[in-house]
Amino acid sequence: MKQSRTLLADKRDSVISFGIVIIAFVLVQILILTGNISSSLKGQLVPICAYIIMAVSLNLTVGILGELSLGHAGFMSVGAFSGIVATTSLAEAIPFAPLRLAVAMVIGGLCAAVAGVIVGVPVLRLKGDYLAIVTLAFGEIIKNIVGVLYVGVDGKGLHFGLIEQGFTLEEGGKMIINGPMGVSGVTKISTFTSGFVLILVTLFILLNLIHSRTGRAIMSVRDNQIAAESIGISVTRYKLLAFVISAAFAGMAGTLYAMNFSTVTAAKFDFNTSILILVFVVLGGLGNIWGSIIAAALLTVLPELLRAVNDYRMLIYAILLIVMMIFNNSGIKTRLLEKRAARKASKEGV
Amino acid sequence: MKKALSLFLAAALCTGALAGCGGGSDANSGSDSATAFKIGGTGPLTGNTAIYGNAVKNGAQIAVDEINAEGGAIQFELKMEDDENDAEKAVSAYNALKDWGVQLSLGSVTTKPCEATATENFADRIFALTPSASSTAVTEGKDNVFQMCFTDPGQGTASADYIAENQLGTKIAIIYQNDTPYSSGIYEKFKTEADAKGLNIVSTTTFTAASATDFSVQLGEAKAAGADLLFLPIYYQEASLILQQAKNMDYAPKFFGVDGMDGILTLEGFDTSLAEGVMLLTPFNADATDEKTQNFVTKYKEQFGDVPNQFAADAYDCVYAYKAALEAAGATPDMSAEELCDKMIEVFPTLTFDGLTGEGVTWDSTGTVSKSPKGMVIENGAYVGM
Amino acid sequence: MTFLSYLINGISLGSVYAIIALGYTMVYGIAKMLNFAHGDVIMVGAYISFCTTSYLGLSPLVSVLLAIVVCTVLGIGIERLAYKPLRQAPALAVLITAIGVSYFLQNAALLIWGSSSKTFSSVVGDWSVKLFDGQLTITGVTIVTVLACVIIMVALTLFTTKTKMGTAMRAVSEDKGAAQLMGISVNGTISLTFAIGSGLAAIAGVLLCSAYPMLMPTTGSMPGIKAFTAAVFGGIGSIPGAMIGGILLGIIEIFAKAYISTQLSDAVVFAVLIVVLLVKPDGLLGKHKSEKV
Repeated sequence: MKQSRTLLADKRDSVISFGIVIIAFVLVQILILTGNISSSLKGQLVPICAYIIMAVSLNLTVGILGELSLGHAGFMSVGAFSGIVATTSLAEAIPFAPLRLAVAMVIGGLCAAVAGVIVGVPVLRLKGDYLAIVTLAFGEIIKNIVGVLYVGVDGKGLHFGLIEQGFTLEEGGKMIINGPMGVSGVTKISTFTSGFVLILVTLFILLNLIHSRTGRAIMSVRDNQIAAESIGISVTRYKLLAFVISAAFAGMAGTLYAMNFSTVTAAKFDFNTSILILVFVVLGGLGNIWGSIIAAALLTVLPELLRAVNDYRMLIYAILLIVMMIFNNSGIKTRLLEKRAARKASKEGV
Repeated sequence: MKKALSLFLAAALCTGALAGCGGGSDANSGSDSATAFKIGGTGPLTGNTAIYGNAVKNGAQIAVDEINAEGGAIQFELKMEDDENDAEKAVSAYNALKDWGVQLSLGSVTTKPCEATATENFADRIFALTPSASSTAVTEGKDNVFQMCFTDPGQGTASADYIAENQLGTKIAIIYQNDTPYSSGIYEKFKTEADAKGLNIVSTTTFTAASATDFSVQLGEAKAAGADLLFLPIYYQEASLILQQAKNMDYAPKFFGVDGMDGILTLEGFDTSLAEGVMLLTPFNADATDEKTQNFVTKYKEQFGDVPNQFAADAYDCVYAYKAALEAAGATPDMSAEELCDKMIEVFPTLTFDGLTGEGVTWDSTGTVSKSPKGMVIENGAYVGM
Repeated sequence: MTFLSYLINGISLGSVYAIIALGYTMVYGIAKMLNFAHGDVIMVGAYISFCTTSYLGLSPLVSVLLAIVVCTVLGIGIERLAYKPLRQAPALAVLITAIGVSYFLQNAALLIWGSSSKTFSSVVGDWSVKLFDGQLTITGVTIVTVLACVIIMVALTLFTTKTKMGTAMRAVSEDKGAAQLMGISVNGTISLTFAIGSGLAAIAGVLLCSAYPMLMPTTGSMPGIKAFTAAVFGGIGSIPGAMIGGILLGIIEIFAKAYISTQLSDAVVFAVLIVVLLVKPDGLLGKHKSEKV
């Protein structure tokens, strides 16, 4: 009985998650087709998709695995820059943009996964705030290194340089990442549809993972590590697995994000961006996938809606953030819920 | 519990979507019955670079108010949106301006956001004249994006030439900020040009926004290398810390800055004696005695309580340059952004403009400005031409 | 000699981190929350001191006292309005609220004091000690900061171990429920912790801006993060740990710049931190808590 109920709940979560995304996509498409969409909202569609994937993937680490990560933007950075390198160098090999984007996303995801392994192996030995600070440190290290990275492409292939450019390009060669100046003049190939597809893929893989045996193993590590260990679950393995998968999706989101703007710098993917993603996850509810989706979309749009109040924009954003957190965890909400439950019960009674 | 949250969030989201649509319907009614040209730009009005965005906003506002008060044929309406010095936010801000019905753009204040918005400007055929985004990537390959400020490489080359010609130093040390395109861009061209001119660079050190408090190591290296000239292609906030710390360690080379150094004298609470003898290349000088500058500085002080820096002056010039160009093109406010864009592309390269930041300013068709930087040296707390 | 002067610069930078980290660790130790708004309370403290000295012409000492009062009130206010309703909520919810408070303070400061930066005039004055025929300079601010750091550290240690209120604090930190049963006012104790932490933030702000005289609405955020790192480095919750962590972080930062690369100094600092934490997973002086079934 209880098992079937959890299965039902699992299914409900999946249906809600996919439902929200698909309905939102259809609505936006209708708005676009009828020409009713504002440029402002239209311009934010791809970033929203990227943030949703970031939030959902971070939820795997923070909500499902239960480890606080403050460096998620670092993986986004790795994905963004490797994605840019991939699309630029594959520009001639794969002329069809959506395919090139897909390939770049896979490469971006793989690079971020590698970074995830490098970061995860040492980091996951730590606990709590110490783990958090080390992820923060790794995020900053990634930012710092990408900031002094030079990558160029010419007839002979890719060239890399750290701190100093250290290579000269042949005629017709192109600098892709120009150290501190970042990337300029990227051809934008991300579209809302590609973002939508990537969200669906992310949701499909993550929800299946969470609701599988592996997912339950990961959650058991979160709930009680010692108990999990005692029934033979390899804690390190599952921790690393969740962390790396989370990093890989962050990398894909990074590629999607980067290919939507003509310019990217390493400084964008700093501590503040990591925190922003964390805000989405916490506000949406730890472990609640569709909560993350809504929170990411809402909080990305919110500052734009506040443009009307101009000077007080960020101040109001801050206040709303605090109020939402307090409301989410306060007695008011519980009381409202209790009232509703009481009403329901009395109706059933009649 | 989950349901209440979802209801709350969903309600908020709906409001969001509706508000977004509301914005959409406004967009089309843009300039039909308008009597004023809508000028819009994005810039950091909040965050740690807010000073530049606000300077541009204020500078442009003064110009717009002056022009509107004259009551001539050309009237302006100005809107600056916040971009927090972030490319993503800048594109959002740009789109918000598009919804407002912007006809002429001021691009973005800072370089990286402007590279992003310039691409949008190019795609949407909205003309842009940026007051202060100075990298070459801003204008490269875009026929409708122009700059009011020097390009970074231009400043780097000019600085090296100036130092070489006037033999200001034999051993040169450089401290630059390696996480901003502005500083790195100037540094790279400076280095190339300095090597070509046979200048001797003995020490090159960097800092980032995260480590912009302590410069003892950078200064220590320059001092140990015996540098007699310190080139600082950075903004004045960090420069003021460097001057202070150099004094603390009894290190007194010549200091040479670029246009980002402008503003150091008016920094509230700054001991100007520290800046004595600092040389800089700048297009604008708030202490200049000509009527135009004095008028601008007085108004700025009255309205905003600060002394304007070069960002404000460039923004002021942008508005007046637009006015001159619109007059030359015979444009009217009922024209669409695209029509204006074509006209501006035609007119700007033919324009010769006198403004606060230079006399006889011209543009080439790539959008790069040609004006001569003024070499200044700080004596007794004021700029003196050198 | 250059080594020695870099060492002194490192201690000078580190003592500023240390003094911020003390406030961080104090709040963390008792309330078990990462108060990300701490860096911004520092900024407010510095602005108060700046305004009272340059606009009202008060003496530096009075301005520091005023800054302490304002920040203490601010700290209690923040705790009452933003953190207290979340006492039963998960730690992460409080963390996000703290970030909201941090945004709020930064943007409020931007509206009140404007975006242009201000140069802070040192409250300590402009004196320095020269050693070895002037080859080595130690600025007055450094000496005062290090002294203030030691005094505060000792005072806090004595306060938490020897006084009744301090004992109450430790009890609350150990087990809120049990402390309440013992008749300790948990809310009062936590408010007191925030009051002390914010008062310390005011001192830290004034000393930070005296050493590096650049004041902007975002002045506190980066040192805040560095100090948080320092507090974790030393073992978060440990008062001597915060001081040692701060000073070591400053020294590492300066040495990384001097002997490795200014380009990669941020990466090096954080890499050292990671290595230390891998060897000592609870920070330098952190208490190891073994997990119980």
